[in-house]
Amino acid sequence: MFHGYLPMILAGLGVTLGVSATSLAIASVFGLAGAIAKLSDNAVLRAIANAYTTVIRALPDLLLMLIVFYGGQILINRIADARGWGYIDIDPFLAGTLTLGFIFGAYLTETFRGAILAVPRGQIEAAEACGMARGTVVARILLPQMIRHAIPGFTNNWLVMLKATALVSIIGLDDMVHRAGLAAAATREPFTFYAVIGAIYLAVTTVSIIVLRGVEARFSRGVRRAEAA
Amino acid sequence: MIDLGIVEENLPAFAEGLRITLILLVISCAAGFVLSVPLAMARASRRPWVWGPVWLFTYVIRGTPLLVQLFILYYGLAQFPWIRESAAWTLLRSPWFCAWAAFTLNTTAYTTEIFAGAIRAAPAGEIEAARAMGMGEWAMFWRIFWPGAWRRALPQYGNEVVMMMHATALASTVTIVELLRVARDVYTNYLVVAESFGTVALFYMALTFLLTRLFKALERRYLRHLDPRASQGEPRVA
Amino acid sequence: MLRSLALASLAVLALAGASAAEALKLRIGVEGNYPPFSQVNADGTLSGFDIDVANALCAKLSAECTLVQQEWDGMIPALNAKKFDIIVASMTITDKRREVVDFTNPYYDVPSRWVAKDGAFADWTPAALAGKTIIVLRNSPRAEYVAANYPDSEVLAVDKETNVYLELAAGRGDIAFGSSVVSSEAFLKQPEGQGFAQVGETVVLGGGGGGVGIAVRKTEPDLRETLNGALAAIMADGTHKALQAKYFDFDITPKS
Repeated sequence: MFHGYLPMILAGLGVTLGVSATSLAIASVFGLAGAIAKLSDNAVLRAIANAYTTVIRALPDLLLMLIVFYGGQILINRIADARGWGYIDIDPFLAGTLTLGFIFGAYLTETFRGAILAVPRGQIEAAEACGMARGTVVARILLPQMIRHAIPGFTNNWLVMLKATALVSIIGLDDMVHRAGLAAAATREPFTFYAVIGAIYLAVTTVSIIVLRGVEARFSRGVRRAEAA
Repeated sequence: MIDLGIVEENLPAFAEGLRITLILLVISCAAGFVLSVPLAMARASRRPWVWGPVWLFTYVIRGTPLLVQLFILYYGLAQFPWIRESAAWTLLRSPWFCAWAAFTLNTTAYTTEIFAGAIRAAPAGEIEAARAMGMGEWAMFWRIFWPGAWRRALPQYGNEVVMMMHATALASTVTIVELLRVARDVYTNYLVVAESFGTVALFYMALTFLLTRLFKALERRYLRHLDPRASQGEPRVA
Repeated sequence: MLRSLALASLAVLALAGASAAEALKLRIGVEGNYPPFSQVNADGTLSGFDIDVANALCAKLSAECTLVQQEWDGMIPALNAKKFDIIVASMTITDKRREVVDFTNPYYDVPSRWVAKDGAFADWTPAALAGKTIIVLRNSPRAEYVAANYPDSEVLAVDKETNVYLELAAGRGDIAFGSSVVSSEAFLKQPEGQGFAQVGETVVLGGGGGGVGIAVRKTEPDLRETLNGALAAIMADGTHKALQAKYFDFDITPKS
């Protein structure tokens, strides 16, 4: 039914998942940094973080990807030429993951900021009063409790990002969507292949939701919930 | 240095691209809004055979990328001879129809969930009072649930409209020349990043800014009852 | 991965022309979606006339070559961004493109052809096609030709040549204007091309020098000369003819 293209497409799923996971990691770093910057006492840091989230959320993902892919490469070329280094390639994988990580970092900044604010200040004050170092306070008190509040927003961003990876095929990354396109062109059966990858995306989405619900349950042990009428 | 000459030379193309983007946005969001009200009503129902099909629809649409949905509609359906010979083909052969349909289905799914969530968040007291007064289901929906729901949904819906505006960039994959496509053409022909993508970035930022201000203004007016500063002065005691 | 297939060309220095002390490293941009000149097989490898020519040039230059697959839409920008060093993707030499890149001498030349449903059009003058939709590849010399000569027709511009025939078969346009070779090999001779035929005579587009060449960045005149030398060599020693014979029973050597 798939004329032998199925293995190629499933390999593309590996690429898609790789891009998503890498982007999520990068986005989490940006998000945490952004959240801390937004909540800091330093006005300059706050301004930078605000500019970051405002500008990124104002532009389409595809535009940002193209700017990083072409503009970023040209910028790196200029720097490399000036310094005498050889050619440093920004391949579609790198461009895609950096851009997606950068974009979703802006969205995660808001998620993490809300989650940090949701941890009761009293606990932090008590920890500091006990003489805990800043780092220990963050690691032992802030982060574990912050995770519980961050999970819904995190899940949401993960699901959105998973679908946004489809756009990376437009800048030439050889992911599942790109391969489906090649298979469709060769066999003249676009419906078959696009429907298949649609189903695969749905399956990944479902698994993600189940796993993240489990993680949320694990981190919510002992939390009292209001009883529904 | 930035060559404003290139920008000036291509300004008509940019303007046309902007116009196309706006048209796509308006027709998709309008259709999506209209479709999602009854669907949200169904989705918020307690009867499984009512909310079930709607849940399936939103689950599938929200679980797959818009790009794939667009390709299935435009390239996928054209694969079948029986579709190409049917009456529906006059619509399905048009890239505009396919783009509009894909965007509308997509925004309907997300908007349905947003409105359904807002409907479910109706304060219990309001519902009890309505029932106590003997209101029927229909009246209860339009007079009690809906006014509160769309107001509560405003922030999220505003977000959704901005997301849809960004999504219009995907129409270029099915031959529609919207704003981002113009930027790519200028880039291909002149090889300049700032004049092509930079110009278009400014357009998108302006659009986002306008949309955000519009929704903030709507929120200020229609969510005034939730604004802590709206009621001035000290809380009344006794 | 499909994106770059490492092709190690062994340095066979017996043939004239290769005098480099260290192997020349070349990254070659190819399309992979332009049958029969370049296509991706089910196992992920690339094949086609463009691919064969690229490999033959590499062998002649004793160069270490890597094929980098790139969407047609971003071909010149990618060359400019140094994602690869040369483009071997059936790129027609035009004055407009010459403003941003340099071309070697042409390595093949084929005319253009109008294709439509059998019997739909008796004539292909601007008057006959007024109000009809012409499907053509965007940002190409054919698109410019159509825009210049057929102002009364609608134009559906697509982003890759294979989509030209896809849209024609789907009925989204009335007539297509594309490469004579691709239209016949990839469409008219295939099952989905049944019921479609050429309209009128083949058209030779003027201007620009004609033919399809290898694009290099403007900052690399030496590379261009090296490639010209290798091209002349493979045409002289019969390699080019042999590669042509694999795919075509007519001559596509450039005339000049």
